[in-house]
Amino acid sequence: MIRFLSGKITKIDKKQTMIFLGYAGVKDLDGAEKIYAECEQMILPVVAPKACYELFDIGFNGGEIDLGFAKTTSHSLGLNLKGCDRIALFAATAGAGIDRLIVKYNKISPSRAVILQAMGAAAVEEWCDDVNGQITREYGETKPRFSCGYGDLPLTMQRDIFRALNVTKNLGVTLTDGDLMIPSKSVTAIVGIKAKG
Amino acid sequence: MKFINKLKSSVIVLDGAMGTQLQSAGLALGELPEEWNITHPDIIEGVHRAYLEAGADVIYANTFGANAFKFGDRTEFVVSAGVKIAKKAAKDYKNRYVALDVGPTGKLLKPLGDVAFEDAVNCFKRTITAGANAGADIIVLETMNDTYELKAAMLAAKECCGLPVIATCVFGEDCKMMTGASPEAVVALAESLGACAVGLNCSLGPEQMINAVSRFLACASVPVVVKPNAGLPEEVNGKTVYNVSADEFTASMQKILAMGARVVGGCCGTTPEYIAKLSAAAHAINPVRISDKNLTVISSYTHAVYFGGAPVLIGERINPTGKKRLKQALKEGDMAYILGEAVSQSEKGAHVLDVNVGLPEIDEVKVLASAVTEIQSVTDLPLQIDTSDAAAMEGAMRLYNGKPLINSVNGKQEIMDAIFPLVQKYGGTVIALTLDEEGIPPTAQGRVAIAKKIIAEAAKYGIKQKDIIFDTLAMAVSADSTAPLAAIDSLSYIRHTMGVNTSLGVSNISFGLPNRDFVNGTFFAMALSRGLSAAIINPNSQEMIKTYKSFCALSGYDKNCLNYIEYASGVQAANYTVTGGNIAQSKPQNTLKYYIEKGLKAEAEGAAKTLLKTQSQLDVINGEIIPALDEVGKRFEEKTLFLPQLLMSAEAASGAFEVIKSSFGSAGAVKKLKIVIATVKGDIHDIGKNIVKTLLENYGFNVLDLGKDVPPQTIVDAAISTGAKVVGLSALMTTTVVSMKETIELLNEQYPECRTLVGGAVLNKDYAEMIGATKYAKDAMESVRYCEEVEAELYGE
Repeated sequence: MIRFLSGKITKIDKKQTMIFLGYAGVKDLDGAEKIYAECEQMILPVVAPKACYELFDIGFNGGEIDLGFAKTTSHSLGLNLKGCDRIALFAATAGAGIDRLIVKYNKISPSRAVILQAMGAAAVEEWCDDVNGQITREYGETKPRFSCGYGDLPLTMQRDIFRALNVTKNLGVTLTDGDLMIPSKSVTAIVGIKAKG
Repeated sequence: MKFINKLKSSVIVLDGAMGTQLQSAGLALGELPEEWNITHPDIIEGVHRAYLEAGADVIYANTFGANAFKFGDRTEFVVSAGVKIAKKAAKDYKNRYVALDVGPTGKLLKPLGDVAFEDAVNCFKRTITAGANAGADIIVLETMNDTYELKAAMLAAKECCGLPVIATCVFGEDCKMMTGASPEAVVALAESLGACAVGLNCSLGPEQMINAVSRFLACASVPVVVKPNAGLPEEVNGKTVYNVSADEFTASMQKILAMGARVVGGCCGTTPEYIAKLSAAAHAINPVRISDKNLTVISSYTHAVYFGGAPVLIGERINPTGKKRLKQALKEGDMAYILGEAVSQSEKGAHVLDVNVGLPEIDEVKVLASAVTEIQSVTDLPLQIDTSDAAAMEGAMRLYNGKPLINSVNGKQEIMDAIFPLVQKYGGTVIALTLDEEGIPPTAQGRVAIAKKIIAEAAKYGIKQKDIIFDTLAMAVSADSTAPLAAIDSLSYIRHTMGVNTSLGVSNISFGLPNRDFVNGTFFAMALSRGLSAAIINPNSQEMIKTYKSFCALSGYDKNCLNYIEYASGVQAANYTVTGGNIAQSKPQNTLKYYIEKGLKAEAEGAAKTLLKTQSQLDVINGEIIPALDEVGKRFEEKTLFLPQLLMSAEAASGAFEVIKSSFGSAGAVKKLKIVIATVKGDIHDIGKNIVKTLLENYGFNVLDLGKDVPPQTIVDAAISTGAKVVGLSALMTTTVVSMKETIELLNEQYPECRTLVGGAVLNKDYAEMIGATKYAKDAMESVRYCEEVEAELYGE
């Protein structure tokens, strides 16, 4: 059964945003505080976190992993899922409003565009942490979440994930021909759940 | 009985879920439900029969996702099979109807997504043509997340069959669609394109829909559709159940029916049991009468703007008449300037923006279409499409995301013959000028007579009087002292006696007079008090805004004067800042160079203006702007300053360049090197590319930006035709580096003397060499440095 989650983001993680913006080892925005605050005020009202997930029993057969919704020979995912007997497959989005802002400021103010971009990325990461947290609370110890494009797990697996979770119908997130998600502040991930005992 | 007649006289019950029913019948995870039209037609027919038995008046064929993006060449086959199964089931029942079920394509349209509007229209056309040919009675467009996609589907339906169209969208509990639209915006758009019923489905249970339903009912002149989920799925004893039971569902739906909803059904999780109970309740009540709400409305992709309440301000700044800088921008294809005007007018309080790009030397059809789409990507205000070229009008109306305001028709037969068919087809509210073949009547009486003639002609196209706004023509008082009263008396009659909304291009009144704002402000106040519904004005004019804000406060449109207070207090603060800035002019930290380094755009613009009084443009560029950019660039390279500040400085420098451009007509591209820049085919990330472009332009290079997702041949052709010596390519995905390689190969083949500069998150120096690029730049500053080297090498210092 596909389960649905919705949430709220009331603050954008500044540290994470600054890392995305390339502030290496600096704590101070040094002159950019004002537009940072302006961007935060624009983005918070449009962040609309939604997610859905489903549990799958998994099996290992030599080099192949049966994920329950697809099979893969990804070595790096295999390492990640060691000791797990099932996974939670989730899709999460922070909504289309952020993209709308990025499209706008990309055309009229690149400095705001990069800040909004970084804040959007931080927001969806935070939302994924929430979703991940709920999964852990519900089903026990989990492995770090793993997404398509990590290691040798191909991006094309997005298509299987989209079908398995009916992501477009359930969350309004779409996939381009090149397997990119739109709204862009969206994530799909496999969360390994450690076998008990 | 025809469906459309039954809709007028009865409550209509739709069916319940198909998808969740098929899942319980064994549809595998990830399997496309429409495939079962071919593999399990008997099961599909069984679901239809169960809903018909339960009392559904309309069954949705199993065609929700049967579109060409998913099924390719098999689309028609699958759609046709689905409709035929439903027809077979329904033929044993009397007065039941088969709807072709059309869901979203699964792709998001530009500018958020990667699908062009016309591609979406064509995709829908294939499904709809196949469904209509197979004998569907109705087209249902459902579970729409995006008004733009809804518009594409509605146009497709209109262009390939005459069947009635029902439109339903997905709303969250905040009463918004995923792409931001309100219920009012959806109603305005769907009604204007001829939907016979409009409403919402999926996502929420019936109780959570009540707020949105009441908003639909308040503004819709067609029946409202409500098709909720059975709440949310839950797992009970290993089985999936939805948490709103059939009885609870029906109880909530009874409330919704009592509120006035006329078309009801169930979405995900509902079963024949739900529909049987709902049908019994719905068919037992007397249908609420549907009345025309008689609202004059236009919309954008987020919200609707109504005429007849608080007066509507239409920003006039995007119109080249008498505007040198805008003319130049249009000729140069400088969309950034136009977008800047759009954003600044919306910040100043305009409710609607006029868009006119008419210049003899440009291709108006192309430029107007692109202006409308681009402006809609930076502002959510509804637009007034303003052109005298019918082809340009049609192109823009088609692409506009919402229900536009059309500027304009008048009493000339030829003009009405050209414009009314467009309004009939694409929907819109039209501004009608009270003039005809004989010119502008000098009296109010003459203008009113033309208004009546226009209403009668519009009616022939089914255009109602609520979709017309009369402009009674403000003419120069300096030429004719009776002109203002003729305009105002006629507008008063039209508004109050005929009950039709009015608009004026206010500032024409003061043509030929000194201090025009004085007269404009007073005339505006006079017109407002006599019933002006909308005015085309310059939102930068304090006189006009101040009149407007005061009028609203004095006329009961501004409760507790809150808007007025906010506005009026802001005015003082702004004046204070400006004065403070001027006094501080002499301090060393208040130089243009300082402002650019600190990224203070407004201050940089002010400083540039001051400097230009005493210095040449080249001195300002070479003495202040370039040194500032160099300083900032150096600090960025040293990692003592970071991307946001680098860009803030770039924007401040752009602001200063813009000032120079306005005063001299050209900022003089100081460099000779031409650069073509693009994000490669398949990649839709363009922030990095835009950063590089901004900086290159700051440094005086000629940059032609081709945008994102650009095919190799387009890039090569542009490089050859402009004589560019550098092509900059950006890619963010490993998968699109392949396109980058193809582009470089094609360029080497057809235009080998051109250099390639590449960048993007997935690239590095080795990778760039491997795909044959001339140069890899790790960031925007390195791109600038490289282009400076090429400039020096080719053109010397």
